[in-house]
Amino acid sequence: MTDHLLVAKELSAGYDKAEILHGLDLTVPPGKITVIVGANACGKSTFLRTLSRLISPSEGHVLLDGKSIHRMPSRLLAQTLGLLPQSPIAPEGITVADLVSRGRHPHQGLFSRWTRQDDEAVDNALTATKTFDLAERPVDELSGGQRQRVWIAMALAQQTDILLLDEPTTFLDINHQIEVLDLLTDLNHTRGTTVVMVLHDLNLAARYADHLVALADGRVHVSGKPEEVLTEETVRHVFGLESRVIVDPTSGRPIMLPIGRHRMAATADKMTRDTSQKEKSA
Amino acid sequence: MTVHASTIDFVISNRRRRASRYAATLAIMLALVMAIFAITLSIGQSITPPADVLRVLMGETVPGASFTVGQLRLPRAVMSVLAGFCFGLGGVAFQIMLRNPLASPDIIGITSGAGAAAVFAIVILSMSGPMVSIIAIVAGLGVALAVYGLSFRNGVAGTRLILVGIGVSAMLQSIIAYILQSAPAWSLQEAMRWLTGSVNGAQLDQALPLLTALVVFGGLLVSRSRDLEALRLGDDMAAALGTKVAQTRMLVMIAAVGLIASATAVTGPIAFVSFLAGPIAGRIVRNDGSLLLPSALTGALLVLVADYVGQHFLPGRYPVGVVTGALGAPYLIYLIIRVNRIGGSL
Amino acid sequence: MTAGILKTSDGQWSAASGSNRTRSLWLAGLLVLLAIFVVLSVTVGTRNVAWADIIAGIGGAQDNIGRASVALRIPRTCLALLAGGALGLAGAIMQGVTRNPLADPGILGVNMGASLAVVVGVAWFGMSSAHAYIWTAVLGAGCAATFVYAIGSLGRGGATPLKLALAGAATSVAFASLVIAIVLPRGDIAGGIQSWQIGGVGGATYERILPVLPFLGIGFLISLLSARKLNSLALGDDLAAGLGENVAVARAVASLGAILLCGATTAVCGPIGFLGLVVPHVCRLLIGIDHRWLLPFSALGGACLLLAADVLGRIVARPAEIDVGIVTALIGGPFFIWIVRRQRVRDL
Repeated sequence: MTDHLLVAKELSAGYDKAEILHGLDLTVPPGKITVIVGANACGKSTFLRTLSRLISPSEGHVLLDGKSIHRMPSRLLAQTLGLLPQSPIAPEGITVADLVSRGRHPHQGLFSRWTRQDDEAVDNALTATKTFDLAERPVDELSGGQRQRVWIAMALAQQTDILLLDEPTTFLDINHQIEVLDLLTDLNHTRGTTVVMVLHDLNLAARYADHLVALADGRVHVSGKPEEVLTEETVRHVFGLESRVIVDPTSGRPIMLPIGRHRMAATADKMTRDTSQKEKSA
Repeated sequence: MTVHASTIDFVISNRRRRASRYAATLAIMLALVMAIFAITLSIGQSITPPADVLRVLMGETVPGASFTVGQLRLPRAVMSVLAGFCFGLGGVAFQIMLRNPLASPDIIGITSGAGAAAVFAIVILSMSGPMVSIIAIVAGLGVALAVYGLSFRNGVAGTRLILVGIGVSAMLQSIIAYILQSAPAWSLQEAMRWLTGSVNGAQLDQALPLLTALVVFGGLLVSRSRDLEALRLGDDMAAALGTKVAQTRMLVMIAAVGLIASATAVTGPIAFVSFLAGPIAGRIVRNDGSLLLPSALTGALLVLVADYVGQHFLPGRYPVGVVTGALGAPYLIYLIIRVNRIGGSL
Repeated sequence: MTAGILKTSDGQWSAASGSNRTRSLWLAGLLVLLAIFVVLSVTVGTRNVAWADIIAGIGGAQDNIGRASVALRIPRTCLALLAGGALGLAGAIMQGVTRNPLADPGILGVNMGASLAVVVGVAWFGMSSAHAYIWTAVLGAGCAATFVYAIGSLGRGGATPLKLALAGAATSVAFASLVIAIVLPRGDIAGGIQSWQIGGVGGATYERILPVLPFLGIGFLISLLSARKLNSLALGDDLAAGLGENVAVARAVASLGAILLCGATTAVCGPIGFLGLVVPHVCRLLIGIDHRWLLPFSALGGACLLLAADVLGRIVARPAEIDVGIVTALIGGPFFIWIVRRQRVRDL
């Protein structure tokens, strides 16, 4: 359904004087789920914030269908490109329906009235995220997972073809993490929404991504299908961690198992202990 | 996309209910303001029949009523309403913009800045009229920028801004005190105006500049009310929804400071009205609509009622600021207790 | 918040400021400074007085205007010394007890509490004796301190600087409006509205100073003796308890000292703000965080600063005078902002 093309070209950006992204290139495949991973402070959040024009790049461009998003009228852009930031704030006492309807903001001019189309968008968003039954509840009273679904509903009400999400699963229990990721996948399948998100968990990233992007030192280290990206080499380069990557029998996607210094399988563990004892006695 | 008839009806009725509740609340508040306005015109030390009040308002000369109503009560009531509007609007704009009820102009020093400039212009430079307002506005903006700039360190943190504001406010208060002290012949009346705010001695010709400021700056604010509402969801979310955050913030600040400073230049810093109006309005309308107009009406109500109480219901006559101060301070403490306990915002 | 105080002076334990020699040098310097300010305070004023008259005035002669005004300056200087010392010391104690860099008798509303209590006593109970003034002031200071600390330490994280400062500021404003509300309709005391809100040492006489001396004396004694307790408290409640300190008692005793000092000072001078904030911070920079040194230094430093502010207030606006409370607010305000800026957001 969407063929909007979002491209980052030789993007450099950062805060104050510290440059965090150094000439980053990426084309977001339309209609797919793209997941960005990387170690802390590698610039994944900065990248997502630049993609959604919260930060202006010091060099390079973010192009939406060939036009720089930092030069587009912001209301117009907000009709195509939606963002769910890491910690949005729900005004105290606001109800779910009210909060979700705030997502219609970019579709409303100074004097334009609320239309049937707006109502339909809100209705669709509530139904799609299964938050309809919560509609009259205050957001403060919801659980973490419910709240995150409500925020996604709000982003849906915005009816953008591209949706960016900054770590949508942080602070959620694992069941709610899966719930949120499943929901986003549903949206991608049914509506064709292009989803770009930053995730912390490599295995969840590989499982839900169509297109996986690994950042290191403010550049794209490698990107492509999860099977191509999530390798032992990538984990070593991006996280500085030794690991084994195997195939998840359920999803067929790669799954990363870290190798630490302890608690190896019995044989390996015993071996290291033996050697260290030998060293001591010697 | 399929639309389920039943669910969309629910969404529509839900929205309509909120909208009509909001409209009804606004209407009731407006009616209250007008009712109290009328009461203050007709009932004071003496009671003037409503018919006489109307005749005075129409411009007729009514013996015994023309002076009390036309010269004393009317200017006072008009000034209370206008100042209340200005303080209420300006205060809630700051609170929404900075997402903190404590970030109201009277706590972070903007009101004291405007007050200090006004009292300086009046006492030391012996100026009067619109010039005082302009100086107050400029000073208010200067203080706002200074507080904002001083709290800037890797971005502005709300808590730092409030603390810096408290510091700036304390300094400005002592400047006001000094100017009053060194005034050649300071009257208690004048001093009270600049220390706590008062509508004593209000004159109708002061109303026009204040009304102009209210229309210009208030209009600017109201035209931005949707963007302000978006800001309540956080800066990032507001930007994601297509709000130009920096621009909105700048415009809102100018408009709010304009309102606060214009009112302060005439009535002095009526204590806590700009701090109280927003949270009270928020309790009343909840999230049914923009807080701007309800806060303006709440501000007007506060000033009208507090002035009336100060004049007629207490032993002795108190300027309005003393009453709002005595009312607002406990609320401020309550708010701090509440925020400390459960966190939360406006 | 522990970090707030410890952090700034971490290295200074071992560094220059820790050595007794440096401390003694600073002590000597401070005493010299104090002597200079005392001389200035007696000789400089809104009126120029010839040296001969000054000396005669000090000797007690009051036979011309010059000599008489010098004679007036002597009790004023004594009061400034006492009040400054008391407020500086009280500030250091409050910062130690609350482990909060923004604590100050003015900011925490303690002075305003004392002021309000006195006003209530005068207006409603016809209080007039100096002793009654002081008792009520101390009582008011104590209530205000307890109240503010109780509000400020509600909720998560205990008494953070933000919460305490806000609670104090709010309480101050509340008390200030109550003071106005009480004083305004009473013509007999209304003229002095400002003196209930802004502190000053002008118009001091021995008769006014004498009754507070016992209070100040006990206050100084308790405060200076609690240095060791404050040193333990600086490590955090848990650790202090682990070191065998009864935390609640230590805190109560030290606070009592500070409250006596603030209440008594406010009873004579009215509320003077920011002095108790600035002085301990500067002293900490000079000599480190050991309260056994910090407390006496803060007292001396407070006396210096209040004298200096008073002299400054007399000369910048000749022939008028600026109350010392205004001068300290103008000096202390920027200092307060500086401390706020230095703090990390997390600590606020």
